[in-house]
Amino acid sequence: MNIFVAVQTDDFCHASEYNELRKQPGCGAIVTFTGLVRDLIATELYAMTLEHYPGMTEAALRDIAQQASQRWQLGSVHIIHRVGKLKTQDQIVFVGVTSAHRAAAFSACEFIMDYLKNRAPLWKKEHSAQGANWVEAKHSDQDALARWQQNVN
Amino acid sequence: MIKILFFAALRERLNCDYYQLACNSPTTVSDILVQLKQHSDKWQQELSRSDLLCAVNQTMVAQNASVAVGDEVAFFPPVTGG
Repeated sequence: MNIFVAVQTDDFCHASEYNELRKQPGCGAIVTFTGLVRDLIATELYAMTLEHYPGMTEAALRDIAQQASQRWQLGSVHIIHRVGKLKTQDQIVFVGVTSAHRAAAFSACEFIMDYLKNRAPLWKKEHSAQGANWVEAKHSDQDALARWQQNVN
Repeated sequence: MIKILFFAALRERLNCDYYQLACNSPTTVSDILVQLKQHSDKWQQELSRSDLLCAVNQTMVAQNASVAVGDEVAFFPPVTGG
């Protein structure tokens, strides 16, 4: 299992990550997820600041990748999360997973995002026409995580 | 000494990102919270929130977790990355 984790202010290139993932021996399927800063028209959101806990965030992402690799037969897992100030439509997060067949890659990619949203020490602050506000944790994210905890396989 | 860190909304509400707590013997997260809450009414209120999360040496723990002299203890609100 090859794990690559990065927490960075710089943008990432989807194509470069994809080409790296393709090199994994035995790779028959690649699933990637990219999260963006959504332009919430109702609140006139124009930017977002991502805060993290240096050291712990990287360790938490690595731990999430390792948990995924214990549940599914994976080749490579890449997780990149950006921090600092981001504008609408900027890329926030990249998760790329390779496996021999599609099912494991699809499930692992979703599992990693559900765990990341609930367990990785990262916090969003939204900047909109109404001012700056810390984003509240969502019950729907906790429910998404609970689904994996009930479903052992 | 125990190094205390605060993050995100909690850091802003306490107006503090880093705090050194004098301590010469093993303790627990809940005992540390009792001491920190004496700082002010604001700290009392913010550190009593039911959704407060805690990490010791960068691993998430429950409030009954033990803490040794020299450890790094962090408090933060529920995470919202991704």
